[in-house]
Amino acid sequence: MKILVCISHVPDTTSKINFTDNDTQFDTNGVQFVINPNDEFGLTRAMWFKEKQGASVEVVTVGGAEVEPTLRKALAIGADTAIRVDTPAVDGYAVAKELADVVKNGGYDLVIAGRESIDYNGGMVPGMVAAMTGASFVNTCISLEIDGDKATAVREIDGGKETVTATLPLIIGGQKGLVEESDLRIPNMRGIMMARKKQLDVKPSVNATPETTTVKFEKPAPKGEVTLVDADNLDKLIDLLHNEAKAI
Amino acid sequence: MSVLVYTESEQGTFKKTAYEVASYAKGIADMLGTDVAAISFHAADAGELGTYGVSRLHNCTDAKLEKFQAAAYADAIAQAAQAEDAKVIVISSSADSKYLGSLLSVHLDAGYVSNVVELPSSADPFTVKRSVFTNKAFSNTQISTDRKLVGLSKNAYGLKENPTDCAVQDFAPTLKDEDFKVNVQSVDKATDKVTIADAEVVVSAGRGMKGPENWHMIEELADVLGAATACSKPVSDMGWRPHGEHVGQTGKPVASNLYIAIGISGAIQHLAGINSSKVKVVINTDPEAPFFKAADYGVVGDAFEVVPALTEKLKAFKAANA
Repeated sequence: MKILVCISHVPDTTSKINFTDNDTQFDTNGVQFVINPNDEFGLTRAMWFKEKQGASVEVVTVGGAEVEPTLRKALAIGADTAIRVDTPAVDGYAVAKELADVVKNGGYDLVIAGRESIDYNGGMVPGMVAAMTGASFVNTCISLEIDGDKATAVREIDGGKETVTATLPLIIGGQKGLVEESDLRIPNMRGIMMARKKQLDVKPSVNATPETTTVKFEKPAPKGEVTLVDADNLDKLIDLLHNEAKAI
Repeated sequence: MSVLVYTESEQGTFKKTAYEVASYAKGIADMLGTDVAAISFHAADAGELGTYGVSRLHNCTDAKLEKFQAAAYADAIAQAAQAEDAKVIVISSSADSKYLGSLLSVHLDAGYVSNVVELPSSADPFTVKRSVFTNKAFSNTQISTDRKLVGLSKNAYGLKENPTDCAVQDFAPTLKDEDFKVNVQSVDKATDKVTIADAEVVVSAGRGMKGPENWHMIEELADVLGAATACSKPVSDMGWRPHGEHVGQTGKPVASNLYIAIGISGAIQHLAGINSSKVKVVINTDPEAPFFKAADYGVVGDAFEVVPALTEKLKAFKAANA
């Protein structure tokens, strides 16, 4: 089985969010970048397929040279090879177009992407790649088993879960649940050393035209002071929630 | 030309989000000087769509579309958009709508912006405000394609009445075999419980509850409020509660009217997930917990004393205000 894992290079979840250039660019100053958490669950599941059922695992990301440490981390975790599509990740559509070109030319049985990246939260790339390539698509996937060319997946729905079957080639939008948090892997020294020797191809862009443009970023309005209520006076809390906040 | 809205229903009845996206679509239609058409699947009737400004409902009653099928629904909605010559299509941010949204976007060559929180600030160029960085910021985004697909965040716009006569007509899309490559085998859904996605009120708890055996207190409080239950990341990681209840940057975002956090210190990743909730209440023994800086109302106290007392007082309040 040939697996492609799509990796997003995102700010660490604890990052403070600021903007530069008259609020048109994300301020990367002092920000540590990581593998998108939803993709990390997918990468670990791909490693499970490699080790238990036999599979090759390739990782791909769209971005400039600055994303290579993130790809090297994926290689250190155990991916076999990596591709960097050499163009900035401008919008979800353009990223999907670049990834679709990799998918069409790669002969993959399974493509795993995170259900969304934790920076722009668009949640559109895996589905768009599926629509562009004609592959089956399962979103918000929390469990995945492959038997021959058949896949059984569980996906999270509002208020529950749904079990589906599909034939390969398949693209999934994965998330927490694909593997347990405790199964996520931290690269060890041997993995880091081996990753340096693994193949990282830089592929030219297909020059996809974005469909959306960020004109300006904004931060939420500053929050007012908390109103503290004495634990022995919960009637006051109920009164505030009813009469002031109109929340109950 | 009209604005087309996909109105979700369950067992024939429209969900509340259907009226919310209809209200929002009417707002866009007014900006564009046109009207609103809706598409739904196996709706029993037009419900209150007319109240919220929908003039026509295309109702698909094909037996193959009785249960949600992302690819087939996307194909059918695309055909309805073409039939209506819709330049703007509005969907919600439910799990199902986000699933089909990306497929629909490609079918229609429509630029897609999800998690939108306001009406467009401009119709030309078409510019919408969306939440990014898990509600830590907003992006004002232009869509440059001829057709636009907008995914509206839950609870962002509210319900706005615009009474209109809504005509219902059958819509029979042409479906292809490739629309059914993914087949639903079973659905496991607790139908009697309020879901986090639909809840107006969410009662959430963290490690301060000390163990899953104490969750009955949280459930009792949630019952009184008609609320969904949720939890922090460590709680779901430890298996005290299911993954589906994990609220935060890598879990579910919550956009409820009221969010009550009990025994949750307020890590930045958790706070990001609840930023869109309107009113936040925190109950914690530690007055230095970061959550107090993000909350509207706070109680410094032991959850094991405060929560049962609050539950009893809310029962009395509900009985007096029934």
